[in-house]
Amino acid sequence: MIWWIVKRDLLLAMRRRSDVLTTLFFFIIVVSLFPLGVGPEPNILRAMASGVVWVAALLASMLSLGRMFSGDYADGTLEQMLLSPASLAALVMGKAISHWLVTGVPLVLMAPVLGIQYDLPGEALLVLTLSLLLGTPVLSLIGAIGAALTLGLRGGGVLVSILVLPLYIPVLIFGTGAVEASSAGMEFGAHFSILGAFLLISIVFSPWATAASLRISMG
Amino acid sequence: MTINWFKYASPASFYFLAGRMIPYFSALAIIFLVVGLYIGFFEAPTDFQQGEAYRIIFIHVPAAWMSMFLYVVMAFWAGIGLAFNTRLSSMVASAIAPTGAMFAFLALWTGAWWGKPMWGTWWVWDARLTSELILFFLYIGFMSLQAAIDDPKRADKAGAVIALVGVVNVPIIYFSVQWWNTLHQGASVSLVQSPKMATAMLSGMLIMTLAAWMYSIVIILIRTRLIILGRERHTAWVSELKEGALE
Repeated sequence: MIWWIVKRDLLLAMRRRSDVLTTLFFFIIVVSLFPLGVGPEPNILRAMASGVVWVAALLASMLSLGRMFSGDYADGTLEQMLLSPASLAALVMGKAISHWLVTGVPLVLMAPVLGIQYDLPGEALLVLTLSLLLGTPVLSLIGAIGAALTLGLRGGGVLVSILVLPLYIPVLIFGTGAVEASSAGMEFGAHFSILGAFLLISIVFSPWATAASLRISMG
Repeated sequence: MTINWFKYASPASFYFLAGRMIPYFSALAIIFLVVGLYIGFFEAPTDFQQGEAYRIIFIHVPAAWMSMFLYVVMAFWAGIGLAFNTRLSSMVASAIAPTGAMFAFLALWTGAWWGKPMWGTWWVWDARLTSELILFFLYIGFMSLQAAIDDPKRADKAGAVIALVGVVNVPIIYFSVQWWNTLHQGASVSLVQSPKMATAMLSGMLIMTLAAWMYSIVIILIRTRLIILGRERHTAWVSELKEGALE
């Protein structure tokens, strides 16, 4: 069931490739703006690289949340999904996975390249990429709740940012913390453990909360 | 004797109960406020390290405690409203949010005033300050979500979901001191250890907390009454109220 949704959403995304690319280019442009704003001093850039990449990833992931349910909502597919005997939580899980595959994975793949722009050393690049790999699925899962709650509301796009960004903060803290710990030559395993814990908790609770929110929003 | 607990779950009967309770809680709030401020300004000794500036804790600490406590209470009532479909619970939850946000803001503001003489800076990115700021954002998110939804039923339920999700943040605030262990001083008051401050300071702070608590109850009851009137304006008992028949 989950894989059926994932396959369908991926197919839809491939038919409209520009949507995927817009999110990715938004990420790249935001990250590239910072050196222009603060100056090209390599020491400053190296210090802020993980934070900039992570914040840009949060924003990019958040901006694409609107598309998670709105297309299905507009053409009535979502209503049929709610009526179907299959578990709504599983359907939602599929939506979150495909959101991550479409927006999260390209960000993870692009992160090392952007890290090089910021003159990050090899190990920090690896840690940054791994932390994004663990963290971006959490963003999609938490974001699904916000996307479901703001479905069909006026000003939904701005509203979802107010709802979701504060909840993203723990992921941001530990994601960037891992990179900083590795740059300082310290043990960064603990940060990964906590990110992993966030991922597990959100896998368990988010589909359930999102399904409840969808039922509320669809009345 | 059996008590009918559900009698006051009806907005109509709660409206009058709340009206009767408001004067008592107002009196308690004023008494605690006067006593607490007296202790805070005249009884509590000057701190040997922090001088007179520490006295802002009599506002700061109660505000911070209330902002966290009210969030939990709000999430509790919102959750009850979501689970049992009791309209009144959701109304109380929406009535709590502005007061909680006000206390969160007050805690941040007074903290800045305290931080300037103590740390030499208005703001630091310390874990506890940051989590208080996040708590403030959570209140804002709850209120703006409810404000964006026109249908009160959907607004109540959507708000409940976001409040329950946000409740995850409250333990993070509490444990952040141990987790990140940065500039903010560790908790001076704890239930398991004897307090590390003078008795007058502690009692002043606790009495001010009671004052803030009573104040919150009064404001929340008033606001709940207004929400009830707004939502039930088409019912018979509200129109009777308008004609002065029930007073």
